[in-house]
Amino acid sequence: MKDISSKTKLSRRAFVVGTTAAAGGGLSLGFHMPADAASARGATANEGAEVNAWVVIKPDDTCMIRIARTEMGQGTRTGLAQLVAEELECDWRRVTTDSVTPGQNLARKRVWGEMGTGGSRGIRTSHDYVRRGGAAARMMLLQAAADQWKVPVGELTVSDGIISHGPSKRTISYGKVAAAAAKLTAPDPKSITLKDPRNWKIAGKAIKRLDTAEKLNGSKIYAIDVKLPGMLCAAIKSCPVFGGTVKSYDEAKIAGRPGIKGVVKVKETGVAVVADTWYRAKSALEALPIVWDDAANAGQSDATIAAHLRDGFDAATNNGDRRNGDAVKSIEGAAKRVEAIYSTPYLAHATMEPMNCIAKISADRAEAWVPSQNSEASLAALSEASGLPLDKCEVYRSDPGGGFGRRGGSQDYVHQAVAIAKNFPNTPVKLIWSREEDMTHDFYRPISQAKMAAGLDEQGNLVGLHVRISGQSINAFANPAAVSGGKDMRQLQGYDVNPGEAQLGYAAPNMLIEYVMRNTHVPVGPWRGVNTNQNAVYMECFMDEVAKAAGKDPLEFRRSLMGNFPKHLAILNAVAEKAGWGQPLPPGVHRGIAQFHGYATYSAAVAEVSVSDAGKLKVHRLVLGVNCGHPVNLDQIAAQCEGSVAFGLTAALYGECPVKDGRMASLNFDTYQIMRLAEMPKVETIIVPTYDFWGGIGEPTIAVVSPAVLNAIHAATGKPVRSLPLKNVKLV
Amino acid sequence: MAKLNINGRVHSVQVEPETPLLWVIREQVGLTGTKYGCGVAQCGACSVHINGEVMRSCSTAVGDLKAGDKIITIEGLSPTSSHPVQKAWAAIDVPQCGYCQSGQIMAAAALLRKNPKPTDKDIDEAMTNICRCGTYQRIRTAVHMAAEMPAGGKSAAVNGHKA
Repeated sequence: MKDISSKTKLSRRAFVVGTTAAAGGGLSLGFHMPADAASARGATANEGAEVNAWVVIKPDDTCMIRIARTEMGQGTRTGLAQLVAEELECDWRRVTTDSVTPGQNLARKRVWGEMGTGGSRGIRTSHDYVRRGGAAARMMLLQAAADQWKVPVGELTVSDGIISHGPSKRTISYGKVAAAAAKLTAPDPKSITLKDPRNWKIAGKAIKRLDTAEKLNGSKIYAIDVKLPGMLCAAIKSCPVFGGTVKSYDEAKIAGRPGIKGVVKVKETGVAVVADTWYRAKSALEALPIVWDDAANAGQSDATIAAHLRDGFDAATNNGDRRNGDAVKSIEGAAKRVEAIYSTPYLAHATMEPMNCIAKISADRAEAWVPSQNSEASLAALSEASGLPLDKCEVYRSDPGGGFGRRGGSQDYVHQAVAIAKNFPNTPVKLIWSREEDMTHDFYRPISQAKMAAGLDEQGNLVGLHVRISGQSINAFANPAAVSGGKDMRQLQGYDVNPGEAQLGYAAPNMLIEYVMRNTHVPVGPWRGVNTNQNAVYMECFMDEVAKAAGKDPLEFRRSLMGNFPKHLAILNAVAEKAGWGQPLPPGVHRGIAQFHGYATYSAAVAEVSVSDAGKLKVHRLVLGVNCGHPVNLDQIAAQCEGSVAFGLTAALYGECPVKDGRMASLNFDTYQIMRLAEMPKVETIIVPTYDFWGGIGEPTIAVVSPAVLNAIHAATGKPVRSLPLKNVKLV
Repeated sequence: MAKLNINGRVHSVQVEPETPLLWVIREQVGLTGTKYGCGVAQCGACSVHINGEVMRSCSTAVGDLKAGDKIITIEGLSPTSSHPVQKAWAAIDVPQCGYCQSGQIMAAAALLRKNPKPTDKDIDEAMTNICRCGTYQRIRTAVHMAAEMPAGGKSAAVNGHKA
């Protein structure tokens, strides 16, 4: 995609296209410096002096660091503040943060750059310009002190926000010179030399999050909690069969119920009830008879979709591949052949905070309160839905109660809230989806199947590997422009030839990895980890099957294929050592191992499990290894690794969204089970940074959790698991 | 008209008796720390204390409450966020997105009230709330830490969490 971030003059069209493409998963890898802070310096509503766009310093030395990216639990706010503070040399104990709005960003020519968090990019694609922002502010503060004291700036030092002049033994705090510093010309960002990360004092450490306190006493306000004067509440149902529409509804049946303000048809596909409270709106909606037109899709089911995918295995052409040698021929002629078919289901994001949005629309102003992963995409959606230009729109941000990819590009709930609120001009209307609506209308992790084949020579060496993945395409649904000439390599995430983002860590003399697109009527989208999760299951579980056929240890077999991939190998070796691979285990406990590369980060895991005679699985321990290049907060990396075990294990144990009669059949947590605390294994995280690249942390380690556990089950039972979730699999 | 004793204050509310306590707390009383997650008593984001017992307020009809029932929400757990569970949660940086944590904290506080020194198994059985970010490991550690603090937590030593 085009990197629009550095454009200083944005047309609305460029803005909309750009945000949509970014949210659709395209990668913006240009490490730009946003428009010079000096050009955008302006009035600030905050008390204190704005030294530059990133740094506001108050007279009491409080240092407010502006944050543009979305914090949805993964620690980005704290990490970004650490990076700014590291270069700023301020007193970390006096750091606060403020989230800028997309309207402010637009009004100031996108001085803060990209605002969305997706693709584990929150830190890895903004570290450079936020550090330069902190460094530039430091230089200006020092210059202001030098000017005041009339001494050369080179004679000054700074620590914890206190500037010192050694020769005269004078000191002054940032708060005292900030107003003067704000008037100085900013240095050229390119001229700034950043610190060697090995010398960091604030970044790179395991320090506490800045945003914990309000999460402990109920005071944190999520978008679902926002109350506005005169606000109404809306509940919505869209046709449960994807692609269906509203035929009719009988409003008279809910007439006279308390608090009802109206019934609104939303975009031909849904019906909303608006009331004084949400519970009244939801109860009335449940009582409202609605007749749906199911269109052509009511006959779709798990069986029809599985058959459609299976058909892809025999297709004459593919929709993208990587190849070397002749895999098919080499496997046909091999001394030993291994074949398997794997499958993984649709998955729902099931964020704890359901989809919601408050919209307030008047003739010349549109406002929305949105729990968004990408508030610029929300602003674009607000503008499009309201018909008002961007500069007449504003989105107020609340940290989402979980995102996991659901709240990035689609912004469907913003479009709906605006459509409803248009019926109540000048009145804020809060739309909340019920959990059932959330499960019925997600953008699901795409379903796929994989046909795997390998050939071994007499000595058990891999001579050929053939992978054919048949399944749905996220790009075809969400970002068709990215499918060029029928090719869509995104579904092969993690199998890249090229290094950097998501490279396969194995070589074989003959290899063919191909994708066959088989779309369905079910909407799909990025689900935390996106295609690395299922692709890691296919590759890493099959690798154990092939190692077993070769009569080799799974770790040793992998090592034999990884000579050209030292970083993949290093993290694999690190977890093997930490977990004691090859060392004795308690009776009945078995190990499995896996590695994968995604979001530029190298991950590996060793799982320890036992399977009872009755087939009951217990996951005891996970050792996770991660090389993200530059770790910014060691404790938050550990937290993300722990969380990724719960996220990945939930998918492995329980995750599936069955399709019946064209619609989703699991509508709440009673059937869409989420792992609970009792099933949480002990997680140990090891961080092995190499400081020569910047990788993500929110997603990559999920991919190795399921295959490590499945390989441990294979070791325990002697039988490979080829289909998820495990709740449907008889282990013994 | 119902009278509800929430966090030591009596609130008079005008609602249909079948309205779940959760929505009365959020929409009539205006305390939003108690969260909606599922509406079917599965996830526990709506957990409150009723007469000291942890209850899922999304599935407790306000009409079924008795006069004199004492309801405590996350806002009423401690006036200064100094309940041992809150202190341990802070020390270990338990929350990620934080949305489920009101319910987790209320569940943990109720557990410790009944069982001041819970074993891992006790924690497994009592802490059934869903956390989608996956903070379970830290929740377990924090419950154990809170159990080591004096009730009220005023002089408790708080150690940094070792990952």
